[in-house]
Amino acid sequence: MLDALLLARMQFAANITFHILFPTISIALGWTLLFFRLRWLKTSDEAWLMAYRFWTKVFALTFALGVVSGITMSFQFGTNWPGFMERVGNIAGPLLGYEVLTAFFLEATFLGVMLFGHGRVSERAHLTATALVAFGTTMSAFWILALNSWMHTPAGHEIRGGEFFVQSWLAVIFNPSFPYRLVHVLLASGLTVSFVLAGVSAWQLLKAKANLSTPKVLRTGLTLAAVLIPLQIVAGDMHGHNTLKHQPQKIAAIEGIWETQRGAPLLMFAVPDESTRSNRFEVGIPKGAAALLTFDPDGELQGLNDFVGAHPPVKPLFYGFRLMVGTGLLMLGFSWAGLWLYRRRAWLAGALPRPLLWGLAGMTFSGWVATVAGWYVTEIGRQPYIVFGLIRVDEVASAVPAPMIALTLALYVTVYLALIVAYIGVIKYMAEKPVDMPAPWQPALAGVRT
Amino acid sequence: MSGTFSWAESLPVIFMALMGLSMLAYVVLDGYDLGVGLLLHRATDAQKDTMIASIGPFWDANETWLVLGVGILLIAFPKAHGMVLGALYLPVALMLVGLILRGVAFDFRVKAHDSHKPLWNKAFFFGSGLAAVSQGWMLGRYLTGLAEGWQFMLFAAAIALLLPAAYVLLGAGWLIMKTDAELQRHAVRWAKLAWAPVVLGMGLISVATPLVSATVRSRWFSMPEFIALLPIPLMTLAALLGARALLNSHRVLGKVCWLPFVLVVAVFLLGAIGMAYSLFPYVVLDRLTIWQAASATEALAVIAIGCAITVPAIVGYTVFSYRVFWGKAGELRYA
Repeated sequence: MLDALLLARMQFAANITFHILFPTISIALGWTLLFFRLRWLKTSDEAWLMAYRFWTKVFALTFALGVVSGITMSFQFGTNWPGFMERVGNIAGPLLGYEVLTAFFLEATFLGVMLFGHGRVSERAHLTATALVAFGTTMSAFWILALNSWMHTPAGHEIRGGEFFVQSWLAVIFNPSFPYRLVHVLLASGLTVSFVLAGVSAWQLLKAKANLSTPKVLRTGLTLAAVLIPLQIVAGDMHGHNTLKHQPQKIAAIEGIWETQRGAPLLMFAVPDESTRSNRFEVGIPKGAAALLTFDPDGELQGLNDFVGAHPPVKPLFYGFRLMVGTGLLMLGFSWAGLWLYRRRAWLAGALPRPLLWGLAGMTFSGWVATVAGWYVTEIGRQPYIVFGLIRVDEVASAVPAPMIALTLALYVTVYLALIVAYIGVIKYMAEKPVDMPAPWQPALAGVRT
Repeated sequence: MSGTFSWAESLPVIFMALMGLSMLAYVVLDGYDLGVGLLLHRATDAQKDTMIASIGPFWDANETWLVLGVGILLIAFPKAHGMVLGALYLPVALMLVGLILRGVAFDFRVKAHDSHKPLWNKAFFFGSGLAAVSQGWMLGRYLTGLAEGWQFMLFAAAIALLLPAAYVLLGAGWLIMKTDAELQRHAVRWAKLAWAPVVLGMGLISVATPLVSATVRSRWFSMPEFIALLPIPLMTLAALLGARALLNSHRVLGKVCWLPFVLVVAVFLLGAIGMAYSLFPYVVLDRLTIWQAASATEALAVIAIGCAITVPAIVGYTVFSYRVFWGKAGELRYA
C-alpha cells in the first residue's frame, strides 16, 4: 500500500515533469520566433517568414500545454503541500505572486496579439508583442527558479516560531544557487529548442517534405546547439561546484561516494546499493571525481555515510546524472558533426548524409531527456528536505486521504500521457504538411482584417 | 477593530477585495469562453471555427485570472487555502482536467489531422462542461462554508447546474456581440434557451441561500438592511428582464448587439456584490475570518506593492488586447 506522502510526491512529480516539457521549449522558442521575424524583415526572404509561420504554430501548441499544466501546478502547491505555504508562505507567496503578475498576464495577453494580431496592429507593435511574449516566458523562469533555488540554498530569512520571515529580499532572490540554476535552465531550454528545430527539419528532409525554410531552420538549430552545448558544459560544471559547497550529500550521491575519502574516482558505471552502502561493478577513472570537483587529484570529498538518514536516495541521482551527461555528450557530437558536414556540403541540406539526418531526427526531443534527468537529479537530491536542511517533506504533506490522491493521480497521468502522444503526433503531422502562406503576402496594414 | 488605521487590519481587506475582483474577472471572462465551449456542439463546422476565433486571442489571459485569484488565496490567506482546497480536492482536480482538455483542444483542433478535428471539438465541449460544472459545485460548497449534510450537497448540486447555464447565457451574449449573420441569430436563440433556467436557478438560490445559512439569513432579513439591500435583487431582475426583452427584439442583431452581454455581466457583478456582502469578513463562512487566515503583514505589503504597480498595467494591456480584436470576429489565422 502506497502511503499518502509518496502518492502526493508522485502526483506532484508527474505534474511538474509534464509541465517542464513545455516551458523548456517555449522559453527559447519565443526568442527564436523573434529571430525568424527579424530575419524576414531584414532580408525579405520568404523562407524566414515560412519558418516563422510554422514555428509559431508549434509555439502556440506548446504554450497552451504549458499554461494548462501550469494552472494545475498552481493548485497543487496548496493541495499537496499545505504545510509548505503555512511555514514559508511569506517567502514563496510573493515570489509566486510576482511570477503571475509580471509574467503570466504579460505572455498570455500578448500571445493573442502575436498569434492573431497581424494586420490589426503595426509591424512594430507586432514585433513588440512577440518580444514581450518571449520576455514573459523568461521572467516566469526567473521567478520560479528563484523560489526553487531558495528551497535548495535558503538565504535571507529568519525563523520565528517555526514560520519563516524575510530579512532581505535580495538575499532571498539571489540566493547562492540561483544564478547557476537560472543559467543552466535557460541554456537547457536553448538546447532543447535547437534540437527540436534540427530534428524536425531532418525529418522533413528524410520524408521529402522539406520546404523553403527547412535548410535555414536546420542551420539555425545546429548552430545554436553547437554554440550552446559547450557553454552548458561549463555552466553545469560551475553549478556542480556550487552544489558541492551547499549540498555535499547530493554530489556524494551523484558520484556514488559512500565513505569520505581523498582522491575519489570518477565512476563511469556502477550499481549503487543502499542496503550494503557500497557500489558493485565499479568502472571509473582513478582520482577523477576529486580532480574535477576539488581541482586536486588527492582532494577530499565527503561521503554519504556522513549523512545517514538525511541524504537523498542514491540510485536515481547516480543514474539520472549519467543520463543527463550522456545525452549532453551526444548533443555535442551531433551538433558539431552536423554543422561541420553541413558546411562541407556548402549548406546544401539535400546533400546531407541520411544517417546524420536519422540521428538528428532521433535526437528531436533529446533536450527533454536531459532536462528531466537533470531536474530529477537536483530535486530528488533535495530529499528528504523540501527546504534544504530546514524543513522535511513529510512535515508539510497534506491530510488528503491516499485513495483520493491515487484516483486523481491516475486521472492526471492518463491525460498527460495522451497529450504527450498527441503533441508529438501533431508536430510530426504539421512537419509533413506544406506551410500555408498568405498569397500574395502583404505587409501589415493597420486596421485591415486578415 | 479599533478606529485608528492599521496595515495589519486593512491589508487583509485589500487582498480580500483583490481576490474577489480576480475571481469575478475570471468568472466573467473565462465564463464567456466556457459558455462558447458549451455551445460548440450546436453549431456547424464553419460556425465552430468562427466561435472559437471569437475567443482565441483571449482565453489564455482569461484563465490567468484564476491563477491570480487562487494565488492570492494561497499567498494572502494560506490557512483558508488549505481548508478550502482540501475540502474541494476532487472537484478541483476535475475542473483542472476540464480546463486542460479545453485549453489544449483550442490548439489541437486546428493543427491535428482533419479526421481528428471532431474528437478535439468533443474534448473542447466536454472540457468546458466539466470545468463549468465543477466550478458551480465548488461555488455552492464554498457559499455554505463547506458545511456537511445532504441539504448543503443539494444546494451545491443546484449551483453546479446553474453556473454552466449562466455561462451559456454569457457565452451566447458574447457571440451575439462578436458574430453576425446566421451564427448571430443562432446565438440569440441559444441565449433565449438559457435565459429561463438561469432566472429560475437564480430565484431558487436566492431563496435557498438564507435557508441553508443562518448567517446569511440574519444579514439580509433584518431591518433596515433588507430595504437598503433591495436594489441588488431588483437590479438583477431588471437586467435579466431587459436582456430578455432585447433578445425578443430584432434590434439585438444591430447596433445594440453588445447590450445583452453587458446586461449578463451586470447580473454576475450584482451576484458578486451580494455574495461579498453575505460573506464578509469571513473567508470561509462562519469558520475563518480574513484576519485569522492572513499571512504576515510584511509579506502582504511586498505583494501589495507589486500589485499596485502591475495590476494597472495588466488591466491596461488587457484593454489594449480587447481593442485590437474589437468588432466582429473574423477568420482566425496566424500572422
